[in-house]
Amino acid sequence: MDVTQMYQDIILDHYREKHHAGLREPFDAEVHHVNPSCGDELTLRVKADDGSVQDVSYEGDGCSISQASTSILADLVIGRSVEDTLALYDDFRTMMESGGVGTPDEDRLEDAIAFQGVAMFPGRVKCAMLAWSALRDALMRSGAVSNLGPDRSDDE
Amino acid sequence: MPERYDVEAIRADYPILSRMIGGYPLAYLDSANTAQRPKPVIDAVADFAFNHNANVARAMHTLGVEATAAYEGARAKVAGFIGAASPREVVFTKNASEALNLAANTLGASLKPGDEVVISVMEHHSNIVPWQMVCERAGAKLRWFDVTDDYHLDLAKAEAENLINEHTKVVSLAWVSNVLGTVNPVAEIAGQAQAVGAVMVVDGAQGVPQRPTDVATLGADMLAFTGHKLGAPTGVGVLWGRYALLESLPPFLGGGEMIEIVRMESSSYAAPPARFEAGTPPIMQAVGLGAAIDYMTGLGMDGIAAHEKELTSYALQRLGAIDGVRILGPQSYDDRGGAIAFTIDGVHPHDIMQMLDARGVAVRGGHHCARPLHERFGITASTRASIGVYTVEREIDQLADAVVWTRDFFAGKGR
Repeated sequence: MDVTQMYQDIILDHYREKHHAGLREPFDAEVHHVNPSCGDELTLRVKADDGSVQDVSYEGDGCSISQASTSILADLVIGRSVEDTLALYDDFRTMMESGGVGTPDEDRLEDAIAFQGVAMFPGRVKCAMLAWSALRDALMRSGAVSNLGPDRSDDE
Repeated sequence: MPERYDVEAIRADYPILSRMIGGYPLAYLDSANTAQRPKPVIDAVADFAFNHNANVARAMHTLGVEATAAYEGARAKVAGFIGAASPREVVFTKNASEALNLAANTLGASLKPGDEVVISVMEHHSNIVPWQMVCERAGAKLRWFDVTDDYHLDLAKAEAENLINEHTKVVSLAWVSNVLGTVNPVAEIAGQAQAVGAVMVVDGAQGVPQRPTDVATLGADMLAFTGHKLGAPTGVGVLWGRYALLESLPPFLGGGEMIEIVRMESSSYAAPPARFEAGTPPIMQAVGLGAAIDYMTGLGMDGIAAHEKELTSYALQRLGAIDGVRILGPQSYDDRGGAIAFTIDGVHPHDIMQMLDARGVAVRGGHHCARPLHERFGITASTRASIGVYTVEREIDQLADAVVWTRDFFAGKGR
């Protein structure tokens, strides 16, 4: 597998110019997630008090995969219902756990489809999942959803 | 060196080095993480498993006697390798981290509020966290050497702060930094520590595999290191300690073979090193460590150190000449170890590792278990290439070419 297939232009573009970056007010919950093995760190805030994700803001330090994933996540979920955001989380996670061999729905995942190649590199799946796990945690802490239980991508 | 250091002949002892990775020859530049194992080590471990396997000490039959002789023979080899006064000063552990935890917990047992323990910002987490834990438990104060902008321990600041003083009970420092490659003036600091009655612990995880080791010259009271960075299997490490010091310390883990007499009310403990080796030890791994020491001794530690110096100088020169590359650590081989951490402008170390791997180059990306050190230099991670006894110039060339390719790819060129 050619590594340059993992680093799709969409990923590199989001890495160079992150969307919705920076920590903003107001917010309902703030979480700090890390990837202890490589040191990626992410602080993520969510505003979601009327059944939809009104804002996601963040500050992080990490590799292109984790940074681009955060940027694309923000693009995709701001303005989306909380319920559909969690469903999208499941779709994204399914793709990341597929080993890169599934047929994810491009219309549904939009720019996030670019991470399908990352799924072929098991060591990098956590990088792509970091923001999504943080968002799920933040939604639980904000009270926008009830406790969903532990995140499967944290099980190792 | 006594004989010519024939690196191509040495490579023939390491079958793994002829692997291809993604169509490229493997350039294994991660020996500071774990070293590859030469065939004599693999053979010694297999021979033990095939022909001599038994438990040690408590098994009295023929195989038990053979296993005990092999295990204790390995202890004697370790003692000889580091210039210990006796094999009884050598305690086998599971790795360097456990050796440092053993030191911290046994020395920490007598710490009291007001006592101080001194470490440094350039330590591996395994020489930070155990001391944090025992200091918190005892109400003792943890203090540390800072690191200068040119990547050395800040001795002037330490003196101004009276870092080592009459309250200091333990000083624990890396001999060679696993990130910067800096070689610390351990003997000088040991003198200061011992002058105030403190115990000097040295983390030799990087130093012992790279240079001739003599515990007396080092000035240490305790020395921790691991087998797998020397070419031994994983699962065996060493804590060396001056015998009188070991004898004065309480046990770390309780269990079989570390006791003298056990009664339900209380027990008395065996003399060192058995006191610190509860339970069945890593017997086969220790045998492997003995074989690794024989192998390294056969190459000659002076020759290994000279080879490492040559290759590290070459790597510093090649990487240093690349625009956008910043080397963390002393820039020239002015008493420096074989770990070379670097950054590339605009590319995260995790991505660098991935790109280099695609070109067959194995390096480590991350904080290398030294997050405080990275924080000191305002970064969260770096990429580290490290030299082993088998490293050759063409692998450094492969690294340098792959670094340029990575830099250009992320800059939008060459795509």
